[in-house]
Amino acid sequence: MQITENESLSKVDVKFCELKNNKKLALMPFIMAGDPNLEKTSEILLKLQENGADLIELGIPYSDPLADGPVIQVAASRALSSGTNPRKVIKLLESLKGKLNIPIILFSYLNPLLCFGFENFCEMASNAGVSGLIVPDLPLEEAYKFSKIVSNHSMDLILLVAPTTPFERMKQISNNTKGFTYLVSVTGVTGERNRMENRVENLIAKLKDVNSNPIAVGFGISTPEHVNKVREWGADGVIIGSAFVKRISSSSEKDVVYNIGEFCKEMRLAADQKNKYKI
Amino acid sequence: MVSTFSRQDQNYNNDDLNLPSKDGRFGKYGGQYVPETLMPALFELETAASNAWKDKLFVNELNHLLKTYVGRETPLYEAKRLTEHYKTKQATPKIWLKREDLNHTGAHKINNALGQALLAIRMGKKRIIAETGAGQHGVATATVCARFGLKCIIYMGAEDIKRQSLNVFRMKLLGAEVKVVNSGTATLKDATSEAIRDWVSNVETTHYILGSVAGPHPFPKIVRDFHAVIGEETKKQCIESFGSLPDILLACVGGGSNAMGLFHPFVKNTSVRLIGVEAAGSGVDTDKHAATITKGSVGILHGSMSLLLQDNNGQVQEAHSISAGLDYPGVGPEHSHLKDIGRAEYGSVTDQEALDALKLVSELEGIIPALETSHAFAWLDKLCPTLEKDTHIVINCSGRGDKDVNTVASSLDI
Repeated sequence: MQITENESLSKVDVKFCELKNNKKLALMPFIMAGDPNLEKTSEILLKLQENGADLIELGIPYSDPLADGPVIQVAASRALSSGTNPRKVIKLLESLKGKLNIPIILFSYLNPLLCFGFENFCEMASNAGVSGLIVPDLPLEEAYKFSKIVSNHSMDLILLVAPTTPFERMKQISNNTKGFTYLVSVTGVTGERNRMENRVENLIAKLKDVNSNPIAVGFGISTPEHVNKVREWGADGVIIGSAFVKRISSSSEKDVVYNIGEFCKEMRLAADQKNKYKI
Repeated sequence: MVSTFSRQDQNYNNDDLNLPSKDGRFGKYGGQYVPETLMPALFELETAASNAWKDKLFVNELNHLLKTYVGRETPLYEAKRLTEHYKTKQATPKIWLKREDLNHTGAHKINNALGQALLAIRMGKKRIIAETGAGQHGVATATVCARFGLKCIIYMGAEDIKRQSLNVFRMKLLGAEVKVVNSGTATLKDATSEAIRDWVSNVETTHYILGSVAGPHPFPKIVRDFHAVIGEETKKQCIESFGSLPDILLACVGGGSNAMGLFHPFVKNTSVRLIGVEAAGSGVDTDKHAATITKGSVGILHGSMSLLLQDNNGQVQEAHSISAGLDYPGVGPEHSHLKDIGRAEYGSVTDQEALDALKLVSELEGIIPALETSHAFAWLDKLCPTLEKDTHIVINCSGRGDKDVNTVASSLDI
């Protein structure tokens, strides 16, 4: 994050500064809005906040999610079946204003946003208290004009860096992302992995060389050991998606909020405890 | 509709016909809407393709294989009995078939599969993936992979596997692994999504031989350029056969590769009418069709902006066509552009009209066209009565119908 005196800090910036001062790793769970339904999503969001999430990435479902593995694909199908659409997701967040105070970052493929009207979407999302936007099919070249619109509505468009991204391009992306840099930890789609690739350590180091943005690592992070490793390697945040989504799908409606809350606690503990797990 | 097409709709200058732009756009369409992981591979592919076309060795090898392995050039055949059938009092539409069905593997698809396999080898990638709908692109890809000793994985929807079992068997016989795709509608759209996900996961070792003029830049250009041989030969053969350019080019459009291959060398010859025919399934006013250009709206699918069948919330809708190869809710971005600027016209015909055309061409010419191709033939019914003077029409006879006989037998009363 390159902050000049004229530039005001976004909600995401403030959150990362605060965490940095307290030497804490940002814990950012991902869930799909409307999975299993929007009422439950609302309860889950509050439970995640209560049990230690620092930010939440909230997915808007799309019929053809190219960057997602089977777990999140199926979650998107369930969410679409429960009638979820961008308007309802924004409405839900509006209803949580005052209760849900941590930064909410919406995750959506570009097409539903274009169909809604990108500018209109940003305006409504911003009014509902949304802090940022992640669009996985919007690489740097296509992102410039959208990033401006997002910023005009006091939100951050967060860009992704992948293991395949060359060094020079890493620099360009880091200079244009807002809030933080999303480091994709695997060459692949979202989904739980058994182990973290060791090259992630190098990627974090490289990213730190090119920019002072906070770095949050996502894709494949599924266990307390992974979270611990990411912390040891010097990242500022960790994004956990499929591991949460899988627990949502395998829980009954009665237990889902409790189960997700417990898993979040476990991840919080891993994020806070140094060297608990052998690397 | 062709009959209501007006010449005043044309609104383009030379720059509109010389695309894509550097950033991969055809007007407002095209672009690169893919996960960051793929961007370096797309840049690599763009450079590799551009260098290859400048390399005489590459072009010579491609041309040599097109001749000796694929069987090019394909004939331009005068369909005299079809011509007779469509003759009216005021005009005789002379109908010519560009016989892409005579290519090795039975369709135009191999032009692109061969070219991209050579590109993959240049890039040092030994694992090939592809999507397929009707199975023609899958067979063509499996064929070239066998020819060059490349590992080949084909993604195919479970629905399509059912209706194209012959092609599934052919792919397996050629040594390819056919991966069944059950997600979504289990057709070409989902097979393409799954192929892209594979590519995201294995991009460092794998080349994705995309089979249509769709997907992120540079695919629409690469695929078009490998198929442009269809139009180039046609141009030369028209001059040889009747001493002028054709008046009308006609081709079916799913993603639009055979149409783009035929149209491309003629795009700047603005006297030549370009007509693409989409699949209307049960009818464009039902919810069971694949007429993307006719009924779609601007959206993003599989990495590029184009016209798209989608609902009010931007969710991609299911397409329907009796022909697996046209059963796709998107279309190549260059077609959307040619439609917007009025350079090409697009119509659609129903499943039944395509079946009737398949039967007619089989009986009159002794050629069983693919169900996809039959959509182009079916348009003659609507086009020919509107012609006021003698006209040379070239139809891209893009594929043979052997693969479709089971589908046809259950639909036609033979």
